[in-house]
Amino acid sequence: MSTARTEILGSIARALDGVPSGIGQGELAEVPRAYRRTSDLLPGSSQVIDILIDRLEDYKAHVHQVSSTDDIPAAVRDILSEASSVVRPAGLPESWLSMLPPSTTVTTDAPRPGSQGLSPYELDAIDAVVTASRVSIADTGTIVLDGQSDQGRRAITLVPDTHVCVVLASQVVHLVPEAVALLDEHPERPLTWISGPSATSDIELNRVEGVHGPRNLHVIIVG
Amino acid sequence: MKTFLGIPLARPSESRTAYKSEPGHATTLQGDTGGGHLASEAAHNPTTIPTEPLRWGTSFPEAAQRALSNDQLRHNLGFATKTIRSKRAAVVAEAPDWEDLRDAGSQTKINVLASLPALLEQFERNFTARGGHVHWARDAQEANEIVTRLVKEQDTTEVVKVKSMATQEIGLNEYLAAQGIDAFETDLAELIVQLGDDLPSHILVPAIHRNRAEIKEIFERRMESLPEGMSDAPRELAMAAREHLRKKFLRAKVAISGANFGVAETGTLTVVESEGNGRMCVTLPETLITVMGIEKIIPSFSDYEVFMQLLPRSSTGERMNPYTSMWTGVTPGDGPQNVHVILLDNGRTRALADDVGRAALKCIRCSACLNVCPVYERVGGHAYGSVYPGPIGAILTPQLTGTTGHSDPNASLPFASSLCGACYEACPVKIDIPTLLVYLRNRVAEEDKAKHMPTAWGAAMSAATFVMSDSKRFAAASKGAGALRLMAGKKGYVQNVPLPIIKGWTQSRDLPSAPKETFREWWERTHPDAPQESPLPTDREDNA
Repeated sequence: MSTARTEILGSIARALDGVPSGIGQGELAEVPRAYRRTSDLLPGSSQVIDILIDRLEDYKAHVHQVSSTDDIPAAVRDILSEASSVVRPAGLPESWLSMLPPSTTVTTDAPRPGSQGLSPYELDAIDAVVTASRVSIADTGTIVLDGQSDQGRRAITLVPDTHVCVVLASQVVHLVPEAVALLDEHPERPLTWISGPSATSDIELNRVEGVHGPRNLHVIIVG
Repeated sequence: MKTFLGIPLARPSESRTAYKSEPGHATTLQGDTGGGHLASEAAHNPTTIPTEPLRWGTSFPEAAQRALSNDQLRHNLGFATKTIRSKRAAVVAEAPDWEDLRDAGSQTKINVLASLPALLEQFERNFTARGGHVHWARDAQEANEIVTRLVKEQDTTEVVKVKSMATQEIGLNEYLAAQGIDAFETDLAELIVQLGDDLPSHILVPAIHRNRAEIKEIFERRMESLPEGMSDAPRELAMAAREHLRKKFLRAKVAISGANFGVAETGTLTVVESEGNGRMCVTLPETLITVMGIEKIIPSFSDYEVFMQLLPRSSTGERMNPYTSMWTGVTPGDGPQNVHVILLDNGRTRALADDVGRAALKCIRCSACLNVCPVYERVGGHAYGSVYPGPIGAILTPQLTGTTGHSDPNASLPFASSLCGACYEACPVKIDIPTLLVYLRNRVAEEDKAKHMPTAWGAAMSAATFVMSDSKRFAAASKGAGALRLMAGKKGYVQNVPLPIIKGWTQSRDLPSAPKETFREWWERTHPDAPQESPLPTDREDNA
């Protein structure tokens, strides 16, 4: 038990000791939750998909719509026609990359449980990554990855310059609270919320897409 | 007496060192923070980094007066704050339940402060259970020592950093430099500030005071290999930064971050960012050290449903920021395997002990209050002499440091406001900044009085003191008529503010001619049947 810990907790206890605030700065109370926690728009409905597409395009992501999972391989092939190397997480359906030309090198990151993944340098030499996703939020144009085997380690969706991300219509909710409720089932998983490609507005508030994260974000919406 | 913004200019502009409270680490950065720079540039524009990141330079009025004479600064700031303001307004208007979200955010943070010991212990248990290491630091010195020890254990002399207010507050980069460790800032704006031997001037966009031509000049001076014929187009400058930092990310063994939120219920830490530099730092290195203020705790994972709406819209004016990372201790096989968090006090328990002032600890560092503040827009961040500038800085900084009487520059910060109330309206967690400013002004005056030092400040505060000496009067006055009325005394003449605000104000801008009658006079004339003693509603919805 460190001295610092004991002292800080003691200071807090002393600070909080005594009469609660008398001038309306607030006291312990139940949190009012009048905000929208569920939407009238159903997950995966056409209205929700339309909102998601609008938001994604607003943030300069490239959106590709296909009608079924059977169309994913062709969409991936078309998007990655320029890529010479692609990395995939071990749990990605094999078929999704099946139409890439033989000249494209496909590497599986951490192919077996316990095996070492690619180093940052190895990832830096790879053009693109293809993954699935966990949930998407239409209202904010956000895709969330939760590190499961069809999405892989966080590093593989970060270092390559192009990220192709597959979103199933059934995974698209309207509001932030709906997505948080879903993610709350496994809060221990490493989460990455992605809203468009990386961007900065640090120079005279001009938005520049693509700084350190993938400069190209392609979203394939299925269904 | 010479005044500015109504604040007496009474003290000489020297005495920074008089406020050194602990062994300082003043470092003159001379061209070795960005790695491998031209030796001939070493002496260019050396800036003494303050020994105390929460108390540098002169008093606000003096610093503000200097800032106002810098036309380029005012132009850059005016443009930038106007742009962010309109972006924020658009995305806030898009959320039909914005006020409900603010109510939830505000109450959640109030509850956090009221339950802090239990929440911190819960966070510690959960973070530790997931393989993370929790450290506690009473002050900047202790936090810096812990970070240094952890870095040295990894046998490296360089670290990459995510933009973090907490590490700025403790002067971590300068401390590490003195220990022979290079800390590379990786946020573009922080990089601009660091390479320019400069100081941050905004919570969100620390280089907001720099225009593209200045940034190009800094890059040319401090970066090793620049693209041939690089222009000052923001895209080209951003790509130069990408190249500059890429190799540092790939080889980094240790990263240091702050945290926007720490979830007690799960032990989850969060970094909210835009560029991907945060993801690089919290993902690629083997060791990750996070410095988090103890007030950044939120109770439950589900609280993200509120704060992940409030923060991005208030901060960058986006529906959502490009990237958010959440990690819970160690995830085997994914990301850093040696994970630490340092829980930082550094004055927070001092602020917490004031049951009015503690509301400043609700802050989630969005910077919306800076962008709407007419004072900040004109004088910029440096005038506040603290890493926390603007309205929130004016109430947070003096509480974190404590003040030593009116000659302490931090004692002038609560006066750095026209009390227009825009900051309160913009605050996503409903911190009543104007009321806190007036409260802290009174505290400064009271401290002086206690020391038997009759001063212009003390005299100026006498009318307000009458009101504030009784909490009921204080509550009625602040709720009813806005904070300015506190200064007006019982007659309610706003023109008769006991500080010579108007005189100072007009030194820098035009003021509309004064109305022929006060609001109270107008009210009494046009509402003869209304109750005389309370012309405005005595309560506000948010305090109900």
